[in-house]
Amino acid sequence: MDEKTLIAKRVALELRPGNLVNLGIGLPTMVAAHLPAGVNVFFQSENGIIGMAPVPEPGAENEDLSDAGGSPIGAVPGAASFDSAMSFGLIRGGHLDVTVLGGLQIDEEGRLANWMVPGKMVPGMGGAMDLVSGAKRVIVAMQHSAKGTPKIVKRCELPLTSVRRVDLIVTELAVIEPTDKGLVLREVAPGVTVADVLAQTGAELIVPSAVPTMPLAA
Amino acid sequence: MSKVRKLEDTVAMIPDGAVLMIGGFMGVGTPPRLIEELLRQNKRGLTVIANDTARPAVGIGRLIAAKAVRKVIASHIGTNPETQRQMIAGETEVELVPQGTLAERVRAGGFGLGGVLTPTGVGTVVEDGKQRIELDGTVYLLERALKADFALIAAKRADYLGNLEYALTARNFNPLMAMAAETVIVEAEDIVPVGVIPPDSVVTPNVLVDCLVAKEHRHG
Repeated sequence: MDEKTLIAKRVALELRPGNLVNLGIGLPTMVAAHLPAGVNVFFQSENGIIGMAPVPEPGAENEDLSDAGGSPIGAVPGAASFDSAMSFGLIRGGHLDVTVLGGLQIDEEGRLANWMVPGKMVPGMGGAMDLVSGAKRVIVAMQHSAKGTPKIVKRCELPLTSVRRVDLIVTELAVIEPTDKGLVLREVAPGVTVADVLAQTGAELIVPSAVPTMPLAA
Repeated sequence: MSKVRKLEDTVAMIPDGAVLMIGGFMGVGTPPRLIEELLRQNKRGLTVIANDTARPAVGIGRLIAAKAVRKVIASHIGTNPETQRQMIAGETEVELVPQGTLAERVRAGGFGLGGVLTPTGVGTVVEDGKQRIELDGTVYLLERALKADFALIAAKRADYLGNLEYALTARNFNPLMAMAAETVIVEAEDIVPVGVIPPDSVVTPNVLVDCLVAKEHRHG
């Protein structure tokens, strides 16, 4: 299994029946394909819909129906569409249960940076700042390091997305929970040791006496 | 009285240097004929308030590529390398605004509010130069309202008076922008007789709309 699929399968286990969930573009989008049986959630796309789904079949694309990356989507029966103020009211107003986003850096306080690299890449924050500030639960799904450089660091050098502490970090190596005391190593991926994780992490991790192996969605 | 106008005359009202709000999200819900006509009339020095600048060959991205835009206020330019290039080269001014904040700033502009208080952006670079206000233990930023000279709106269906319905995710910023501009120009996929759109289905009431053009070249 490739690293991104593994991350998506672990994140999928965090979703609960009935949750309203926003998945970021890229890796987080893959979570939708790995929902455990019986877990029906509603996916929001911040461009204005609850109930997004894949395009039902080739040729069934609708030019007025897309995800936040502009790609065609479908909608489940019971979907609802609305304007951008409503969409972000849902996000900021405490109505969004889970957001899953990618990350560039996360620091020991659990603060995420994911929207720009000064001098190199300035895509803009899009909806990320509202999502991280407003969602009830923020899950960061990302690869543990970027070309060998740890993404989990003592202190973010990149501009922060929010000062809010994220709730969970899922990588191809580990599940890490930011807490009041610091970053706690909760799980390691199959075949990965605690030492492997520590070696690729640029921040201090709190390691409990038992660190179980990551369960994965089917 | 019908608000249907000739495309050319409608866009001719927009002077160089005008402040435009343009609906759409990655081109979905952006009025294509209005963009095309802005290009044909070679408008210059525009300020564009929009969610994003799409891709270089799509929607607002075409205005960027043609260097028709002096300033962009948007939440995301990542899918348009040309916007980023112009920003880094100092050719185009770009103000990046969190998407939910942008929606609320536009809404505030149209709803007669001076601004809004939002927790989004507190403690980040978005806070720079803004007033912080603490209410009941929560810190907010004061974000000011946005207004425009013209709003360019894409609707699914309009009646001849200008009552508007939108489709799915093509709605996005359109109804908010239709409230926040001095002059509102709508490109509708269909223009139907008055009474065809039931009152409960009208999202933007006709009094907000100044000019209508049809998406296809059918109604002028």
